[in-house]
Amino acid sequence: MYSVVVLFLGLSLLMYCLFGGADFGAGILEAFTPKRSREKGENLTYQAIGPVWEANHIWLILVVVILFTGFPRVYAEISVALHIPLTLMLVGIVLRGCSFTFRHYDAIHDRSHDYYSRVFVFSSVGTSLFLGVIAGALSLGRITNASTVSFAERFVRPWFNWFSFSVGLFACCIFAFLAAVYLIGEAREVRVRHVLWQQALRANLATVLAGSLVFLAAWLDGFDLVGRLLHHPFGTACLFLATASLPLLWYSLRRSWVILPRFLAGFQVSMILLAWIWIQYPLVVQVADGQNLTLQNTRAPEATLNALGWALLVGSGLILPALFYLLKSFKGDLSWPAEPKHS
Amino acid sequence: MEDLLSARLQMAVSLGFHIIFACIGMVMPFLMAFSHWRWLRTGRKEYLDLTKTWSKGVAIFFATGAVSGTVLSFELGLLWPEFMRHAGPIIGMPFSWEGTAFFIEAIALGLFLYGWNRINRWVHWVTGVIVGISGVASGIFVVAANAWMNSPAGFDWVNGQAINVDPVAAMFNRAWFSQALHMTLAAFVSTCFAVAGIHALLLRRHENHPLHQPALKIALSFGAVAAFLQPISGDISAKSVAERQPAKLAAMEALFETSQPASLVLGGIPDETRQRVDYAIHLPGMLGFLAHGDFNAQVTGLDRIPRDQRPPVLVTHLAFQVMVGCGMLLMALGLAFVVIRWRFKHLLSHRTFLTVVALATPLGFLAVEAGWTVTEVGRQPWVIYGILRTKDALTPMPGLVYPLALFTGLYLVLAGLVTWLMVRQIKALHGSYAPKLTKV
Repeated sequence: MYSVVVLFLGLSLLMYCLFGGADFGAGILEAFTPKRSREKGENLTYQAIGPVWEANHIWLILVVVILFTGFPRVYAEISVALHIPLTLMLVGIVLRGCSFTFRHYDAIHDRSHDYYSRVFVFSSVGTSLFLGVIAGALSLGRITNASTVSFAERFVRPWFNWFSFSVGLFACCIFAFLAAVYLIGEAREVRVRHVLWQQALRANLATVLAGSLVFLAAWLDGFDLVGRLLHHPFGTACLFLATASLPLLWYSLRRSWVILPRFLAGFQVSMILLAWIWIQYPLVVQVADGQNLTLQNTRAPEATLNALGWALLVGSGLILPALFYLLKSFKGDLSWPAEPKHS
Repeated sequence: MEDLLSARLQMAVSLGFHIIFACIGMVMPFLMAFSHWRWLRTGRKEYLDLTKTWSKGVAIFFATGAVSGTVLSFELGLLWPEFMRHAGPIIGMPFSWEGTAFFIEAIALGLFLYGWNRINRWVHWVTGVIVGISGVASGIFVVAANAWMNSPAGFDWVNGQAINVDPVAAMFNRAWFSQALHMTLAAFVSTCFAVAGIHALLLRRHENHPLHQPALKIALSFGAVAAFLQPISGDISAKSVAERQPAKLAAMEALFETSQPASLVLGGIPDETRQRVDYAIHLPGMLGFLAHGDFNAQVTGLDRIPRDQRPPVLVTHLAFQVMVGCGMLLMALGLAFVVIRWRFKHLLSHRTFLTVVALATPLGFLAVEAGWTVTEVGRQPWVIYGILRTKDALTPMPGLVYPLALFTGLYLVLAGLVTWLMVRQIKALHGSYAPKLTKV
């Protein structure tokens, strides 16, 4: 059952990055949407993510539940060492979820609308940034559980560094890219689609730049990222595939295609996440002094993993058909019902 | 402020905030589904409008509840990492089922809210019912995890470590059923009477409004049934607590000395230093009857509990009185509604009746908050009863007063905003219904 649990942990993380990430990205994109198409963009965001909005964010809860049930020490140590970025991320999650729903359901359309939008945009950026910061801090290896060190050493230094923030920036860019590509298919007007194609291309270039920054920041912080990659040929292969598919993506965006970019964007994000997981596995928290926390040395007793594994298997038997029906009901149609197709 | 106190307050604020949204998320779908069903059967437009009006409220409350619930799942670790290190593997099972139920709830809600005219209308109705069922299920699972903290089971505690973990036995601990039943009914009582109260208030302003009248009837009918069942479940809970957690029962009842027969202390202000209760009414023998089913039974007082294991008496006792008092008032109101509905139908729109229902709006949620205070404060100083103390579960992170201030401020703003949004919903509703009103 250990492998089932680990598989679901990875899968939930991937789903959260793909679907939750695209939601975050939609918020980030709003900041870069030209004024005249802003309202169109907002409506589009609702149509696209409204029905699946809540479901997209429950993947994170699954990650948390799997961690504290199956790997309780990992959960406890992360919660202590990364208390500050986790808290900031949570504030972001609350503000974002509320401002998105409030903006949609507020019965009266007045100036408050602009405030919701502003909060939505800022919290989308903030939440993505801190999600990335947390991921970066797990890899970097400055987390310590020594109680003798100073406050800054124990609670700030592990995450307040170039590397973690570069990963945060990278997360913002790649989420925005994902969102733009997803939204293209949802748009019902040529003009909006063209704005989104532009945004997708720009966000993709920003992602590539931010990705290079991650390597630079790793070097600045004395973290041998390249060395780690070289040690894990499979991880390197994943990263290579993600990069190698870029020209095809650019070509398909230039040609104003809809389906292939979507597929490629999902593929690239999956490959990058897989590379990260592969480099890390079974390590979860790289600890500065003392034993690293791995999925193996923190695993819960067998009885717990069995119960958790079965709950996940049975649960997904219930959830996946329902989720499929939800997506089918709202996401089946990528055609142009409103206007004839222009090229 | 002391870190332990800050952490406990932050947990209290987060739970106290979340519980309201969780209750509404559990119960509103049923009210909505009932109205929806009436529309499907009768085709009367006011039921359709009522369903849609309620569903907008549900969307706002559900979103707020979902994010505040996400915060809680992290706060368990942020504030109590030692607790989660031990408890995670033992009570993870209800949490993983809760995750599943919540996931299904979110999917069904998406289908329900956006499914108008897009999916088959009976399938659409079923998605609404599924929202309610999975909402209640996820509530029950979370409460089962809390029940385990009151009645730890499914492991052996050896040298400060849990071994021989049995997640199934942990989930079905001795407190799970009584707590889950009590909480589920409480959710129905609080939400239904709050909904009824708001519609009653609006009916006072807009007499015979075509939406508010059926809304009031539906909410009060559900609420009255739940309010009648609640004392039975309260009795089951009291007997269960008496058996498992004598210290909590003694604090609830402010029973400083073990007595036989034991009198029930109504109201009063417990004085912990002088070990007595001032200004209280004593009902001889009643406590023995309520706790053990025998007027002559002995009830353990705080004197039998070692000093360092006694829960705070003042807060627990007062909260308990508030909970029972509010519950009784709502039961009386439920009874009045049943009688009026049965024999004096014309009084349903009487201003005095509407005023009373409107005044009762907050009582149910007051009882819910007070009840949680009883169960949480009454368990102190333990986080896992008899096993791990709350202070030993605390995070080593200093300065916890800052996150406390941050989340308190955030939740205050959100509470204000949600209220404001509701007022605006109602304004908009009356705007769109105005022409019809003048006719009635």
